[in-house]
Amino acid sequence: MKRRTLFKASAAFALTLSLQATTAWAELPVLKIGFVGVTSGPAAAWGISNQRSMETRAAWINETGGYTIGDTTYNIEIVSFDDQKDPKRAIAGMEKMAQEGIHYVVGPNVDDGAAAVRPVAEKNGIMYFPYAFPKELYSAPASNAILGMVANYQSGPAIYKYLRDEKGVKTVGFVAANESDPLSQREGGVAAAKALGLEVVSDNATYQVNTTDFMPLLTPVMRTRPDLLVLSGVSPANAPQLVRSARELGFEGFISTETAQDATVLREGAGDLANGFISVGGASTPEIASDAMKEFVDRYTEMFGEYNDESNTKVYALEYILETLKANPAAIDDVEEFKKTIDTFEAPNPYMKGDAKLRYVGMTSFGQKRQLAVPLVVNVYQDGEFETLFIAEVD
Amino acid sequence: MEQILANGIYLGAQYAMIALGLTLIFALMNVLNFAHGQMYVLGGFVTYTFYGQLGWPFAFALLMSCITLAVLGALIERYLFAPVIKRSSREESTMLLAAGLAFLFDAMILLLFGEKQRGVPKLVDGVFNWDFRVIMPYDRILIGALAIVSIVAFILFMQYSKTGRALRALAQDRSAAQLMGVNVDRYSMVGFALGAMLAGLVGGLLVTITGVNLGMGGPTSIQAFIMVMIGGAGVISGAIAGGIILGFLEATGLALLSQYGDITYLLIFVSLMIFLAIRPQGLMGKPWG
Repeated sequence: MKRRTLFKASAAFALTLSLQATTAWAELPVLKIGFVGVTSGPAAAWGISNQRSMETRAAWINETGGYTIGDTTYNIEIVSFDDQKDPKRAIAGMEKMAQEGIHYVVGPNVDDGAAAVRPVAEKNGIMYFPYAFPKELYSAPASNAILGMVANYQSGPAIYKYLRDEKGVKTVGFVAANESDPLSQREGGVAAAKALGLEVVSDNATYQVNTTDFMPLLTPVMRTRPDLLVLSGVSPANAPQLVRSARELGFEGFISTETAQDATVLREGAGDLANGFISVGGASTPEIASDAMKEFVDRYTEMFGEYNDESNTKVYALEYILETLKANPAAIDDVEEFKKTIDTFEAPNPYMKGDAKLRYVGMTSFGQKRQLAVPLVVNVYQDGEFETLFIAEVD
Repeated sequence: MEQILANGIYLGAQYAMIALGLTLIFALMNVLNFAHGQMYVLGGFVTYTFYGQLGWPFAFALLMSCITLAVLGALIERYLFAPVIKRSSREESTMLLAAGLAFLFDAMILLLFGEKQRGVPKLVDGVFNWDFRVIMPYDRILIGALAIVSIVAFILFMQYSKTGRALRALAQDRSAAQLMGVNVDRYSMVGFALGAMLAGLVGGLLVTITGVNLGMGGPTSIQAFIMVMIGGAGVISGAIAGGIILGFLEATGLALLSQYGDITYLLIFVSLMIFLAIRPQGLMGKPWG
């Protein structure tokens, strides 16, 4: 009898709690924002940092009373889909977003996935924010995709030029994974290096994406003795091992990449051997991070146990979507209105100190504004942390 | 050439260890363990937790990897594979179970250890450099040597211990072993635990060199299957031979063919297809199973 009473009391308590939670959630209408990207397999870190950044920001907004667009205040809900880095799954994910009536989707993370979802997005009136670099996605007649980060053909030349002018780099060697994204980034990097007058001494060393031992791969590259070794499109999983192997083979030159990395991963995987490794980051280095950025990092860490430095860049997409909708509430279910707002949109950048702005760029690279103005922050790893090497802007 | 030899020996020893556990489980139970790579990853994460995170001695962390995976392997065999094998004579039932386990482990690893690449402090600093003809970090030499010692210890265990003899009898003929008094259920569990323990051991050893991440499981399983196919499924010496051959092929291909792009694995796969068309049972396997 006592057990039955206890069971009833527990059930009633659980029901009350769930009703309270439902009531709190139901007070505000929900604005759904989608994410289609890779959250499993070897490249999971790329998509998970996207997804968790969005979830952290959405929880923060919901906790502080929702987000007001026009006359309505919304709770933000992130609807996620793991495309497993497979273009077919990415299409299925984008179709799911369309079925749910979602008009704004962050992702996919890779070139072929981003290209594959284009017809679905255009047919169903979805604006999507890929982390992939093919220019045709962002150039007319395409108009629904907005590049969510700085492309390698924008950051690469800036890094090479800095190293040429400031550090006397004359020769470059490239290493890339045998996949479409890294290979296309390598081609872009080689062209940029040659255009700057650098001598490319090695540009055909590639590795399987699941390689765990890079010494055999790097041995012939090291014999060409480049001043700079570029790890084109390298994933955070492979970067520490590549850096460590190169240093263990006696390489004393510069090592750089145009992808975002994580300081903890570098420290654990390569230790002091990663000192001097140059990569592209976002806005969380102490020199430029605002209080809002610091709070975002704290909230992310609290939610997921550990921050991922890749999120320094990935914090931006959701913010841009919401701020643009706030600027033109009619865009909430009409992406044509969103497109009209892009050209004139400007809002304060909450994640950077100073008077940095959120705005759309891309005229130089794409002939139209189809890129988020994420700061081009070039970092150098030193003793477990990233230090800002230089900051530039893209357009 | 010396560098290719050194890389080949190191890679071969590492690969042979990965293949050993897989082929042992196949030999004993006729189970293609698609979750072998995930067990390897789990072993790496256990060592990472004890050695990298908690700062305990590496030997203890490695022991914990072995124990954790052995216990996990025993439980999996006892409560999952053994009942399925008893109830279903279709081989694909165990294959589907193994594939399901691989997905389950991936999800568990993501929840427990996160999505990031993890690494641990180097065991030994410094690099052996013989006049730039052979360059090999000392920690690789140490891990390579430990892998070779482990393989030798495993062979001696299988050859001379009572458990090893029982396991070999089970692998050769399950019914005959049972008739000779071998407790088939018990030794199947011991064999599966041993195979899983080997995965944990190699995961724990290699986390010091390659690090470990969530996505390594699937590709590791595929690599292990290639080695087993080369050497012959279910044959211990075949797995070792397969691992060493794959290690040398990779080291040679990457050194000599890198200027032609990434054709090393393309050539390995083409060679494997031709080889299997001529000798489908592998180098040391028997055509009748």
